[in-house]
Amino acid sequence: MTQPASEAPQAPTPPAEAPPATKGGGRRPALGLHADVRNLSLLGVLAALVLVGGITQPDAFLDVSNLQLVLTQASVIGVVTVGMTFVITSGGIDLSVGAIVALASVWATTLATQEYGFTGILFTAVVVGVGCGLVNGVLIAYGGMVPFIATLAMLASARGLALYLTDGKTQIVTVNSVLDLGLPATYVLGIPPLVLVFAGVTVIGWLVLNRTTFGRRTVAVGGNAEAARLAGIDVRRQRLYLYLLSGLCCGIAAFMLIILSGSGQNTNGNLYELDAIAAAIIGGTLLSGGRGTIVGSVLGVLVFITIQNIFALNNLESAVQQIAKGAIIVAAVLVQRSTVRNGDG
Amino acid sequence: MSGITKSFPGVRALDGVDLDVQAGEVHCLLGQNGAGKSTLIKVLAGAHQPDGGEITWRGEPVSLRSPIAAMRLGIATIYQELDLVEGLSVAENVFLGHEPTTAGFVVRGRDARREAAVLLRRLGHAEIDPARHVGDLSAAQQQIVSMARALSHDVRLIVMDEPSAALDPEETDNLLRIVGQLTADGVAVVYISHRLEEIRRVGDRVTVLKDGRAVANGLPAKSMPTREIVALMTGRDVEYVFPRRPAAPRSGDPVLRVEGLARDGEFAAVDLEVRPGEIVGLAGLVGSGRSEILETLYGARKPTAGRVTVDGRPLKPGSVRSAVRAGMGLAPEERKAQALLMLESVTRNVSVSTLTRFSRAGWLDRREERRAARESTRSLSLRPDNPDALVRTLSGGNQQKAVLARWLLRGCRVLLLDEPTRGVDVGARAELYAVIRRLADDGLAVLLVSSEVPEVLGLADRVLVLREGRVVHAAPATELDEHRVLDLVMEGSPSR
Repeated sequence: MTQPASEAPQAPTPPAEAPPATKGGGRRPALGLHADVRNLSLLGVLAALVLVGGITQPDAFLDVSNLQLVLTQASVIGVVTVGMTFVITSGGIDLSVGAIVALASVWATTLATQEYGFTGILFTAVVVGVGCGLVNGVLIAYGGMVPFIATLAMLASARGLALYLTDGKTQIVTVNSVLDLGLPATYVLGIPPLVLVFAGVTVIGWLVLNRTTFGRRTVAVGGNAEAARLAGIDVRRQRLYLYLLSGLCCGIAAFMLIILSGSGQNTNGNLYELDAIAAAIIGGTLLSGGRGTIVGSVLGVLVFITIQNIFALNNLESAVQQIAKGAIIVAAVLVQRSTVRNGDG
Repeated sequence: MSGITKSFPGVRALDGVDLDVQAGEVHCLLGQNGAGKSTLIKVLAGAHQPDGGEITWRGEPVSLRSPIAAMRLGIATIYQELDLVEGLSVAENVFLGHEPTTAGFVVRGRDARREAAVLLRRLGHAEIDPARHVGDLSAAQQQIVSMARALSHDVRLIVMDEPSAALDPEETDNLLRIVGQLTADGVAVVYISHRLEEIRRVGDRVTVLKDGRAVANGLPAKSMPTREIVALMTGRDVEYVFPRRPAAPRSGDPVLRVEGLARDGEFAAVDLEVRPGEIVGLAGLVGSGRSEILETLYGARKPTAGRVTVDGRPLKPGSVRSAVRAGMGLAPEERKAQALLMLESVTRNVSVSTLTRFSRAGWLDRREERRAARESTRSLSLRPDNPDALVRTLSGGNQQKAVLARWLLRGCRVLLLDEPTRGVDVGARAELYAVIRRLADDGLAVLLVSSEVPEVLGLADRVLVLREGRVVHAAPATELDEHRVLDLVMEGSPSR
């Protein structure tokens, strides 16, 4: 009874990873193979985790509502991770994502904004996200600042501004059309709308990275910025767009978080930057740039969220959970290093 | 070393290579890229472990398990890419890893500087201040520091991988002098170079590698005819040939016109014109402003004065995009660092400047991209004929063809070539020359920079000679010879 039910909520994932598998096999043997191996091994880790969850807490873990919860939790950080994957692929980094999520969620839930209802909240969240991305992008692309520093400054200021706007208080959302999206009544075939948004962002992200000039330029800038420049690519504009994209993802994630929590808080999105970077890296995106995989990032997010869920269900301390997380990051990067080395011959 | 074997996944890099080096001799290693030279010296340096064979050091069999083990025995290696820490001083670099210390941890900086100064003097470069940051030194000086580091160990054997690649003739002379001194002190040197002329001057014996085997062992370096050595390296009887120039002089309006181009401290008042179908060569020493001129007219550097026009339309100064849009393409000096996406396939490297042509509203037509890229690489006979091959697996010559294919695909009108045959082995050069001449015959205007004078004279139609950032002489290539050009670049006295 529980077994077949477990298949349904996970349905959004398999379609997402299918395209690169066929692409890797057919078109670009060497690189594709590595990507496949890595994605497969992450998929294996995920399957093992599901197995562990199923064995230790058969009823609680495989319960439909729990799986819905896991996927919903993965959705918010997942959208942020898709944006982060683009930035890292281009050789950059965005440390401000968590703070942007916080600021956007807070700004979008002020009493003044809430007066404009659903559109007002969505619009504000997205505009604040993109606005922060614009500042990051301009500082990095045209101000010549190192991404690490520019986004670190944004992290501090956005968190500060979020605290200033809320005065540390939780802002309750009273707009019903927003809150309703979190209710089971809106689930499509048992899939929460937020998960559908995540799936949509993933598919679009994959297509943009792998099938468009924008994606190709992102990889080129990350692989060799000087070569990209001398090949006639507008590297600065590309960098600007990438931080705008990351900001946009943060805005969307903030709106999702508002739906999920029914509120806006200045502590929202705490440490999202680290989770998103870690998920992208264990997924196989090179921190040095030049190679990125959306599917890997999504699998990375799912692995982290599943661990979190299993540990919570088994009443294990969050300390243990964090240690496990650290171990997974180390293991994944070691695997990545060895595949890259072999590739170099 | 005898019977050394080393395999990598899919490749047998070394297949039973023997090499014997005697104290006080300069043993030269020759071979095309991929022949196994680098692998062999990495085995010697302890960086690679051989799968078979044995290494005998002063009569006793040894195993070099790590670079440190090799260094302890007295084997030092100076790699092509210098391994210096730019943020540290000369002395700190020289004694990196074995700093003179008191009580094990207090570094005696003054002693280090004094000893470094002694080593530098021994190398004939007393002018290098041991306290300076290595990042502030020239490439040639950095090389000296690298050598001083090798000497700071009690070395018996120094391996040098293409030490002259980044040096101009004068600096090379000094390098060869140092090599001579070292051997006089009884140190053995393994010397790798593409330049036969150097090998003739310093080498005692030559070992030629081809496809992981030693095809000739211990040949006399001074007396072997070039023809025979090239034949051994390539397995064919190949001449260092240049393609025939078209008989008729170039007519028509210049595509590229440069007027009064200048950049403070680098070059001044450069005027030049290149017509369609013409190859114009810039000859000069390192530091004469050759590459700087090329990069400036390409927009990669901003000029302080002057203007560049393509087909009569002026380019926006300091804008690469403006140059590319006007139909310029650059094959830069540092191919790997400045032109290639090393993680990517040939197709993606070729198409990167032409992406918008294969896209509608940003969406790529990858089949068309692949087809067009392949057509472009095929017309240059890029090998292997596989659009999905990773560009880093290609030889230097084929990597250069990938860069040329990029601009060919874009349909560029003016091609700027900066050291087009750098890192390309002798056998593949002739083919590359032919390709360049063919591109010119097809109507491209080519501006060529090379530190190898014979290359400029052999390939170009007209030659501009540069000295200290100024054009000191301009003449048809057929009216110049190597001696005359060298006189001009050194003396700068154009006896017109």
